[in-house]
Amino acid sequence: MSEFLSDQGVNVALKVRDLDFYYGTFKGLKSVSMDIAEKKVTAFIGPSGCGKSTLLRTFNRMYDLYPGQRAEGQILFHGQNTLDKGVDLNLLRARIGMVFQKPTPFPMSIYDNIAFGVRLYEDLSKADMDNRVQWALEQAALWTEVKDKLHQSGLSLSGGQQQRLCIARGVAVKPDILLLDEPTSALDPISTAKIEELVFELKNSYTIAIVTHNMQQAARVSDFTAYMYLGELIEFGVTDELFVKPKRKETEDYITGRFG
Amino acid sequence: MDARYKRRKLTNSLSTLLSGVAVGIGLLGLIWILATLFIKGVPAMNWAFFTESTPAPGSEGGGMINAIVGSLLIVGLTTLVSTPIGILAGIYLAEFGDRSKIAAVTRFVTDIMLSAPSIVIGLFVYALFVATTKHFSGWSGSIALSLIAVPVVVRTTENMLKLVPGSLREAAFALGMPRWRVSLDVCLRAVQGGVITGILLAVARITGETAPLLFTALNNQFFSWNMDQPMANLPVTIFNFAMSPYENWQELAWGASALIAMLVLLLNIVARVAFREKSHS
Ligand SMILES: Nc1ncnc2c1ncn2[C@@H]1O[C@H](COP(=O)(O)OP(=O)(O)OP(=O)(O)O)[C@@H](O)[C@H]1O
Ligand SMILES: [Mg+2]
Repeated sequence: MSEFLSDQGVNVALKVRDLDFYYGTFKGLKSVSMDIAEKKVTAFIGPSGCGKSTLLRTFNRMYDLYPGQRAEGQILFHGQNTLDKGVDLNLLRARIGMVFQKPTPFPMSIYDNIAFGVRLYEDLSKADMDNRVQWALEQAALWTEVKDKLHQSGLSLSGGQQQRLCIARGVAVKPDILLLDEPTSALDPISTAKIEELVFELKNSYTIAIVTHNMQQAARVSDFTAYMYLGELIEFGVTDELFVKPKRKETEDYITGRFG
Repeated sequence: MDARYKRRKLTNSLSTLLSGVAVGIGLLGLIWILATLFIKGVPAMNWAFFTESTPAPGSEGGGMINAIVGSLLIVGLTTLVSTPIGILAGIYLAEFGDRSKIAAVTRFVTDIMLSAPSIVIGLFVYALFVATTKHFSGWSGSIALSLIAVPVVVRTTENMLKLVPGSLREAAFALGMPRWRVSLDVCLRAVQGGVITGILLAVARITGETAPLLFTALNNQFFSWNMDQPMANLPVTIFNFAMSPYENWQELAWGASALIAMLVLLLNIVARVAFREKSHS
């Protein structure tokens, strides 16, 4: 059996091949190859500093904002290598959304926080925009809490609400892929549970890649799991298998807590 | 242990005392100046002060309306011109020109302009503009003041934008937002309170500048809206009248000084309130 999902008849959203990443001279990723399955949740686990965020940030080329950081290899998205020079980064990022560890609402109203991104790429009527905003907030399980104060500042929400607002903002532009980098690490258990449910819902329509330090969370929400260590992809597989009987000793040590 | 504790307590009281005295000296000077200004200036602010133009030498009464309107026009135009230029240049420096040569040169020039004596800027505009057009004018006054205000706005905008957390900027880019919108709609908006404060402080500063106007707008005894002519303005009028032998001129100078002090005070208060509200919303 081939190691790649794409060879096993699984629909694939992103194909990563021989990906190396450099922070200046420091090599952050070492020859990573894997597939991200379409409309599934792929979890990334591994000890702090192993390169999970780095890998996610190559998918939407976030690293491009910083001179000195560069990636080599291939990330195929709809047949195109997104690492190529001519790629339109704004379009790429509109199709591959990202939610960060810390909530980052824009300094504008709740409504505009969501409408802003939509307006960039779509020309909707007022009514359609209202519907889209409501839809996105419902998707993020935030609608009932904010429907009466859509015109208050996004900064007036609690941390957990802000994070769900950021997810709503990412969902509203209807990307193909949603990257979540430790989206619940700053949240209380209730908000965390809500966001986990949300991830579960969202995978019906989106491809999701999520980084988490919480093993139970990875086991609960994901279909596939990737274990990384020191910039390398150590093991990748179906979540249930990887957690129950990991193939590699390192993976087993990590998930059983003997390491990390 | 005990001796150490006592020594620390002593040092603490001593430094508290010294800072208190220092604050007292500073405040005393400030209050003294303000009190003198208001005691001598406020009585001069009568009806004529706000309705009549500056009196001819030797004639009685008179007011400051020509200088007040002149100052408003010159400072108003300066603000209109320098605010967009300063903000755009500040955005360029903070967001686009990280390591470019142009940015380094701009920053260097801005710093020099910030510390250049304002009389030099007055002379510069005199040589460049007044000498070529062969007459003093309100326009040239605004040019000189703009050269003072723009660097202040540039630097505040740049410094405020540098405070925007990288995570907010990344979040905006992550939505596929083009760079200029990230700068204008997200970053600038996040620090608008601080930028507005910078602009108000720049306005406060140029409202009281005398030297640059001395060589450019000069003065005008008559009321005028024409910025292509020499134009009355508060600082130069104060300068002329305070040194004159006429008592009514000296009184008007006191009144005008108090007026400028109040305006600047008001701008500072507005700036503070604006900053507080914007940074909390
Ligand atoms: N901007 C940077 N410049 C240089 N090195 C960096 C930079 N960002 C990350 N690194 C390095 O790259 C490696 C991978 O970092 P990364 O942030 O991807 O780890 P991570 O797996 O996301 O860790 P965590 O779980 O703590 O978030 C680390 O060794 C880190 O020190
Ligand atoms: Mg990380």
